[in-house]
Amino acid sequence: MALLEVKDLEVNYGLIKAIKGVSFDVNEGEIVALIGANGAGKTTIMHAINGIIPKFAGSVTLADKDITAIHAHKLLPLGMAQVPEGRRIFQELTVYENLQMGYYIGRDKAQFKARLEEMYSRFPILKERSSQIAGTLSGGEQQMLAMSRALMSGPKLLLLDEPSMGLSPLYVNTIFDMIKEVNKMGTTVLLVEQNAKKALSIANRAYVLEIGKIVKTGTGTELLADEDIRRAYLGG
Amino acid sequence: MDFIITLVNGLSMGGTYAMIALGYTMVYGIAKMLNFAHGDIIMIGGYAILVGLSVNPLLAVLFSMLFCMLLGVLIERVAYRPLRGSSPLAVLITAIGVSYLLQSIILAIPQFGADTHYVVIIKDLGSLQIGEVLIGYDTIITLAITIVVMVSLTLFIKFTKTGRAMIAVSEDRDAARLMGINVNFIITLTFAIGSVLAAVAGFCSLLDTPWLEPYYGSLPGIKAFAAAVIGGIGSIPGAMLGGILLGIVECLCNSVQEIAPYTIAIEFIILILILLVKPTGILGKKRREKV
Ligand SMILES: Nc1ncnc2c1ncn2[C@@H]1O[C@H](COP(=O)(O)OP(=O)(O)O)[C@@H](O)[C@H]1O
Ligand SMILES: [Mg+2]
Repeated sequence: MALLEVKDLEVNYGLIKAIKGVSFDVNEGEIVALIGANGAGKTTIMHAINGIIPKFAGSVTLADKDITAIHAHKLLPLGMAQVPEGRRIFQELTVYENLQMGYYIGRDKAQFKARLEEMYSRFPILKERSSQIAGTLSGGEQQMLAMSRALMSGPKLLLLDEPSMGLSPLYVNTIFDMIKEVNKMGTTVLLVEQNAKKALSIANRAYVLEIGKIVKTGTGTELLADEDIRRAYLGG
Repeated sequence: MDFIITLVNGLSMGGTYAMIALGYTMVYGIAKMLNFAHGDIIMIGGYAILVGLSVNPLLAVLFSMLFCMLLGVLIERVAYRPLRGSSPLAVLITAIGVSYLLQSIILAIPQFGADTHYVVIIKDLGSLQIGEVLIGYDTIITLAITIVVMVSLTLFIKFTKTGRAMIAVSEDRDAARLMGINVNFIITLTFAIGSVLAAVAGFCSLLDTPWLEPYYGSLPGIKAFAAAVIGGIGSIPGAMLGGILLGIVECLCNSVQEIAPYTIAIEFIILILILLVKPTGILGKKRREKV
């Protein structure tokens, strides 16, 4: 069953048609990648799904519930969390307070503690830095914090917008390992990436986006082997 | 001795400015707008006290706080929320309009009109003598209220979930939404808190200056706005610091006969000087960007 289903989505910025009828779905338990060049419309799709920018047409359903017109802040209680592009951690809050914000909708102190320990054991650096102002973390550490923050609510579906952007190769590997691990533990993942090679290597399925349209879809392995994809996105 | 009295008076006056400045700074930080009508909430609060005094002084003050809170929330809901996302200039002009509207409403009420009302909340307040120092109880009450307000607001922001959500919204509204934070609710709450503080400041101000008229809030409003800018607009400790600083400067200037006529000019010169040295205000900071 599709956990997330996007149908005929169209998004406009003024007169510019940024997304021109995009449909895709994410099944429970999968990692689905949405790859495309800079400016293809990946972030626009993410923001349209989570209600931060308005949709011109189309529909979005999450676990059979129509969320097309829902307010952004009501998505987390439905089990959909997102790590936005550029991480967007709260720079003036401490690492610990950022993680608390991730559990904002939760009410259970014991569950909060357990989740916090889970994040700290996955990334010991976050525990070490727990009372440090988050804005002073390095880019890679901020990405770990952003991912952990999104996981604090225990989401069924995690949306990731370019988690590898601007990170050194070492951190990229750490982050992708984490995505795989989170997925293994039961969280479905929609991964948006410019780093097509990395994304395809961990994705069950993927969609290729070109200027607001999906031009190709297949399994991660199929697309990695695809001639056009190799030429356009994997550097030959 | 005179100097100590001036300083205590300055602290107390600064406390009043700080409470008003907190309203400006919180609304600016969280709703991203200049609430030009904030000063007029003080004035409306004064009239609410005037009405309530026919029953009982304590009830009058509580009534004023409640009334201002509802008014602040109503103004946000009716005048500002529909403009969210439109140009800052449109919002600013609307706020100026709201300011005139509030003044005009008072002018239009026959019992109030343009008359000056002498508002005595507590009769024969008197002074406290410590050695040679004589300090008015109005000053002491204002100081005590300021301390309680600042401490509780700081604790609220720092140690409650809702308080931290306010910081989160002020820093990144969309990221806050993704945390499940209802941004509209946080903005409403901000207006509620700011307006209650304005009512409290109005009460303190009336203890000191009991002549209420429809423009009663204008000058304190502008000065408190300057205080918020001096401290760093958007910064809560900044508003406290800026308010206290301005109050002390004002009382010091007023205590010297030759300087007193230029007090307001001096206050704004200080504002300009501070902005020249530190454009973001004393405790204001630039947004950090990190890759
Ligand atoms: N706020 C905006 N206003 C106008 N155009 C925008 C805005 N945001 C993005 N766009 C345009 O929409 C297209 C898709 O952008 P985006 O979704 O950010 O792409 P991606 O995330 O794939 O790099 C680009 O052509 C971009 O210039
Ligand atoms: Mg993008």
